[in-house]
Amino acid sequence: MTKRNLLLEIGLEEMPARFITDTINQLASKVENWLKNNNIGFDGIHLYSTPRRLAVLVMNVDERQEDSVEEAKGPAKKIALSESGEWSKAAMGFTRGQGMSVDDIFFKEINGVEYAHISKFIKGQEITQLLVELQAIVTSLTFPKNMRWADLDMRYVRPIKWLVAMFGNDVVPFEIAGVQTGNVTRGHRFLGEDNVILSNPEAYEEVLLGQYVVADAKKRKDAIISQLEKIEEENGWVIPVDEDLLEEVNNLVEYPTALYGRFEEEFLEIPSEVLITSMKEHQRYFPVKSADGELLPHFITIRNGDHLHIEKVARGNEKVLRARLADAAFFYKEDQKLQIDAALAKLKNIVYHEEIGTIAEKAERVRKLVNLIAERLDFAADVTKAADRAAQISKFDLVSQMVYEFPELQGIMGEKYALQKGESQEVAAAINEHYMPRNANDSVPGTPAGALVAIADKLDTIISFFSLGIIPSGSQDPYALRRQATGIVQTLIEKRWDISIEKLVGFSLSLISDAGISKRNDEEIYHELIQFFKLRVKHLLQERGIRYDINDAVLGGELGSVSELTEKADALQAASSDEGFKESMESLSRVLNIASKKDVLGDINPELFENEYEQKLYEKYLDLGRKIESGVDAVTYYQLLVAMKPEINDYFDNTMVMSDNAEVKENRLNQMAALAVLIIKMAKVNEIVVK
Amino acid sequence: MNIQNMILTLQKHWSEKGCILMQAYDVEKGAGTMSPYTFLRAIGPEPWNVAYVEPSRRPADGRYGENPNRLYQHHQFQVIMKPSPDNIQEIYLESLKALGIDPLEHDIRFVEDNWENPSLGCAGLGWEVWLDGMEITQFTYFQQVGGLDCKPVSVEITYGIERLASYIQDKENVFDLEWTNGFTVRDIFGQPEYEHSKYTFETSDQEMLFNLFNIYEKEAHRQMDEGLVHPAYDYVLKCSHVFNILDARGAISVTERTGYIARCRNLAKKVAKTFYEEREKLGFPIIKRKEQVEND
Repeated sequence: MTKRNLLLEIGLEEMPARFITDTINQLASKVENWLKNNNIGFDGIHLYSTPRRLAVLVMNVDERQEDSVEEAKGPAKKIALSESGEWSKAAMGFTRGQGMSVDDIFFKEINGVEYAHISKFIKGQEITQLLVELQAIVTSLTFPKNMRWADLDMRYVRPIKWLVAMFGNDVVPFEIAGVQTGNVTRGHRFLGEDNVILSNPEAYEEVLLGQYVVADAKKRKDAIISQLEKIEEENGWVIPVDEDLLEEVNNLVEYPTALYGRFEEEFLEIPSEVLITSMKEHQRYFPVKSADGELLPHFITIRNGDHLHIEKVARGNEKVLRARLADAAFFYKEDQKLQIDAALAKLKNIVYHEEIGTIAEKAERVRKLVNLIAERLDFAADVTKAADRAAQISKFDLVSQMVYEFPELQGIMGEKYALQKGESQEVAAAINEHYMPRNANDSVPGTPAGALVAIADKLDTIISFFSLGIIPSGSQDPYALRRQATGIVQTLIEKRWDISIEKLVGFSLSLISDAGISKRNDEEIYHELIQFFKLRVKHLLQERGIRYDINDAVLGGELGSVSELTEKADALQAASSDEGFKESMESLSRVLNIASKKDVLGDINPELFENEYEQKLYEKYLDLGRKIESGVDAVTYYQLLVAMKPEINDYFDNTMVMSDNAEVKENRLNQMAALAVLIIKMAKVNEIVVK
Repeated sequence: MNIQNMILTLQKHWSEKGCILMQAYDVEKGAGTMSPYTFLRAIGPEPWNVAYVEPSRRPADGRYGENPNRLYQHHQFQVIMKPSPDNIQEIYLESLKALGIDPLEHDIRFVEDNWENPSLGCAGLGWEVWLDGMEITQFTYFQQVGGLDCKPVSVEITYGIERLASYIQDKENVFDLEWTNGFTVRDIFGQPEYEHSKYTFETSDQEMLFNLFNIYEKEAHRQMDEGLVHPAYDYVLKCSHVFNILDARGAISVTERTGYIARCRNLAKKVAKTFYEEREKLGFPIIKRKEQVEND
């Protein structure tokens, strides 16, 4: 079959950098699906995206759809055929409607009933007629934010300026928002030409390169990286590359040229976090460090253009940065005047959330919660004291000029300013750490005081919003409650704190309830919260590589201490490849299955035992109880459980739990239930799939 | 190029592109967008192309004339074109060339920046235009004004005159900018900057300002009820300015702030709706006239 290459390019006014990667992937998958759904063969798709264009080049597309066979279902057999075996009107009508005859009918059973069917041969069409459907693909792209322009009703990410749609050398004709497709693209806004004719689709990338457009986003990014490496090499610098920034910068340019400038050394007196944030957030610059990690008074920017007059561009950027840094220096100086007490007083007037109250009120609740948790965990007095103070002043830097200007520096400035105001190292560090982990890749707080405040602050946030009925669902999680819950769980796991999620949630919920924030039934909120945390734990265990069934098994009961829970999951996962694992689990599961017939736990009476196996299992059970009394790790616990296998098996081989004697039956169920409690402490092993 | 010549150059450029050249509107305001030539005219179906310089007051940015980058009052060169022309980016870039900024010698970029002014019920999408890393222009396609959807859509181009001049004249301090031969920004605005800052932060009579807000607000509502949009809108602007002074002074608590912003928004929405209704009563005369011109 003859094949041609297919090119589709959407030319736009500059798109928001943050939308580009998602959008080009969306376009490519829509085109690919469309080709597949239409039985059109092709070899592969190249993706191109810049701020001004989204394009796909599909290689070796068949000129004609593949032929296909389609089945159509008609009336049931008893309606299609009369008793004498003649075709009914219904059958004839059905085949006529399909353009076929009754001779083509065959029968096929669906849910036990036979239906008339015909099978139609569909000859593949020339795809030139189908290609205009690309129009619908272009208009069906979705964006996080849309706009209207001129006097059009259409909504799109930015105004459409030109459209290229070519099948081989032919233009696929359609129109969107008054723009007609053609074979004419545009080069770089300043360095290229406005009307660039494409002789064929495969020339696209090369023609654009000649027009100062690196259309392949990956190649553009690689070019930036290699230019950065060259600058590093020539100057003996280290340029730490923030992936998000690189992605954004890459989507702000069509023809990247890295250049560097400098700023006055006196600005290095400002904390380096501030300098880096100012460079990144305001200017999208890469900071520069020395080989030993010191921040240097230089910056890198990526120009959308070539090397000509690059000195002028560098000077311009230096001037802008100088003004920015002068502002930062001013804020830093002003902040030196800030007193912690005065800052705390201001927090009484800053609303955290209209229905939750002020930030001062929140900090006060967090402080109480910190003390409750510290008491429960029996922390040393100095840790509790540091955590208490840190919780009290955890938010004071929110009123500083620097944090007002750079919200992402919250906590970081708090730590610096707290030290300057004479707070202890522990308190200062905890102020910074209480925001940790700040994102999915961030680590958990390092100090115990920091971890205490971090957990308390996040609990308070999550539970406040749950109390108002603001609960994450689907993609809706405006207050990032999921991330915060995950942060709590990660911290608890890493710190191996022996406190249950249930307890933590209970503490915080009662404080929030006392504050009168809650508008809903506490018990209902509590259950939602436990479910919410269970899901977070489940995701974390999945990421840890725990099998789904082991995951279900350990999450079958109470959450309890999540660090213990993780250890149990790890122990089971490790044991699952052992020989005899299947038999051990089956043995323990028998206990659980039969124990489920008993709700209320009663005492075991050894005098009612009728055989030695009951007695032996009972002794093993008492022995297990003694061994775990002093606390054992998960692996040992698992081994102790598994060690009971012979006794359990002997017991079942020789004992009928559901005895005719009611008293004996009750006693046996009691023994099973008591044993089940100890097994479930490990996991609901009957959830584990063994083959 | 001095500021005066910059303004003349921009006026000539946009006048040639079909804009009516207007003068600044004579009521205090925080941004060129709040001029009735923008805020009101962006509403409704009538075409509108206009350019003007707007002195914009930002009481909170007052620094007694001591900060090299901040001003109580700066100047915006404001362009509105409705409906937004197809080649508006190119027309804008030509204006930079007219100011002596050759794109081949610089790095010019359109960086996403969406504009929202909740106190006016306004929202738009667009960019800030970067010149070698400096934001020199706000470029916005209005989507909503005064709570009303814009149809057709206006494009608003706002040049920060002092910003741009500091680049063109290569000055570090805004007060050293040359306005015209022999006159700097300091000569013209130095004293007012100091006095307005002192007034805003120290000597303003807060009680009087709170009273004025209430009086202006009442009068705005009363005039709107009469269908008199423009007098009403003048009082809306006055409310907004008085609020800005009080806010800069720190006289409005966070909780109260939300309330005042809501009151400003209510005024803006009502005035937008009234303007639309009054233009409709007049039969949207600019459309009618344009049709006549086209038929002749």
